[in-house]
Amino acid sequence: MKRPRISLSAVVWLLLAAAYFIIPLFATLLISLRSTQTGKCCVGANYAWVLHNGDFWHTLRLSALLALETIVISLVLFVPTIYLVHLKLPRLRPVLAFMALIPFIVPPIVMVVGLLRTFKGSPDWFYQKPWGFLAASYVILAFPYMFFSLDAGFRSIDVHTLTEASQSLGAKWPTTLFRVILPNIRAAALAASFLTLAIVMGEFTIANLAAFHTFPIFIQFVSESQGFPAGALTLMSFGITWAAMLSLLLVGRKRGQSSRIMAGAK
Amino acid sequence: MSGRRRLSLAWLGTLPFFAYAIAFLFVPAGSVLLGAFQDKNDNATLDNIRLLFHHPYIDAYQTSIEISLVTALLGGVCGLFIAYAALRDGTPAWVRSILTTFSGVAANFGGIPLAFAFIASLGPLGIVTVFLKDHLHFDLYGHNFAIYSKLGVEITYMYFQLPLMILVIAPAIDGLRKEWREAASNLGAKQWQFWRYVGLPVLMPSILGAMILLFGNAFAAYATAYSLSSGSVNLVPILIGAYYSGNVLDNPHLAQAMAFGMFVVLAAMMLLYIPLQRRAARWAK
Repeated sequence: MKRPRISLSAVVWLLLAAAYFIIPLFATLLISLRSTQTGKCCVGANYAWVLHNGDFWHTLRLSALLALETIVISLVLFVPTIYLVHLKLPRLRPVLAFMALIPFIVPPIVMVVGLLRTFKGSPDWFYQKPWGFLAASYVILAFPYMFFSLDAGFRSIDVHTLTEASQSLGAKWPTTLFRVILPNIRAAALAASFLTLAIVMGEFTIANLAAFHTFPIFIQFVSESQGFPAGALTLMSFGITWAAMLSLLLVGRKRGQSSRIMAGAK
Repeated sequence: MSGRRRLSLAWLGTLPFFAYAIAFLFVPAGSVLLGAFQDKNDNATLDNIRLLFHHPYIDAYQTSIEISLVTALLGGVCGLFIAYAALRDGTPAWVRSILTTFSGVAANFGGIPLAFAFIASLGPLGIVTVFLKDHLHFDLYGHNFAIYSKLGVEITYMYFQLPLMILVIAPAIDGLRKEWREAASNLGAKQWQFWRYVGLPVLMPSILGAMILLFGNAFAAYATAYSLSSGSVNLVPILIGAYYSGNVLDNPHLAQAMAFGMFVVLAAMMLLYIPLQRRAARWAK
């Protein structure tokens, strides 16, 4: 039998979609290559401006470290919990799945209002520092993605057999967790971490309302004041999201499991 | 005896997680709920909620809901067609992998950079605006268009709505079995009859469920609209944000009431979503 040819309506829809998705990126590229003095194309000066900007490196470092902190706290908090739920407390699983839906009805803009009210007057080392207040909030933002990814990871392995085998060979709990369970859910944990990285690197709402100067706040500041360099920054930020998502897909593909990819910072 | 001890130990192990969730999710969410019903001296009142039904707050809810509805419906329908175009027989497999990879990126590419990309294209001096004016003699801004208007915000939101729809609906489209179509055509059904009586009824719970996700996605969006309009478009998240960054309102409980209102709208959406999700799960692969 002959393979069916691509249909005309499919071509039209795909071309329209491609145009809609590519034009804004292309326009940003053109803008980013314009010279601030002459307004003409094509110079690399805007990229040099960004790379020589102290605030760029400062805020980029802050956001990257925040992402790292969020990932570490999330993994330490969620991996043992989800492991225990799969091993001993299966009745708790629907509770966790429901909790993973809560961020849908309590989005960042609502959450930050509550967080600011709850922690007003808490010690400065927490309330005034990104490492305290922001990281603590971002762990909650990361929870749904962490949960769905880790949950799928744990479901794809036989938690009971692995644990029993490990213990019957004389392993203690930490050994079982770190040397048997963790290596088996590594792909799921990595995928969740890359998604968390993308979310934290782009998170604007909580940082803005709580007045912390993270990377997205810097992009906003530049796009208000310097049009052409902002184009360069926008493309760099898009590149960071690409890198995080591609890494996610690569680790997911290796294990042959689909990771849940959903929207982050709007 | 020992089994019992183990069980309680397991419960103990989940304690840090629940303690964290209570401290940073449930207590803050509860404080929004509570604060919405308090006055400046923390006495119980309905005044804040009552105020929500007046100008400019009610208008903000209207605009927010309208933008979310329009982008959810349009994003849902177009996203469905695009996903189907990529997944159907005859379309080369590489189209599918490019589209899903790109959707994963674009669905996560929101906020400030996205707003800038659209200002660069459709802003007053944007590449597309200038191109239309110079080459096609069409003046967008002379025809009541502005990137910071409602329409501009909607066009921009589609950039994360379409990819989300594509990601969410693709597994459901994969779930449409080839045998169903063959069975239908063996029984003499035409293309439209297959869709009317088999395809769409099977897909419908997934489509509606996905549109609810899209609605929530747009309704909660803050950064994109903020950056597009420098905070001038009248949306609920923007109003809430204005309180904290500019002290426009003197009553913090009003911001909490607005947040509570968002919570109510989204909770209603979630109540619709859960049964749809359950029905959709029957056919999804």
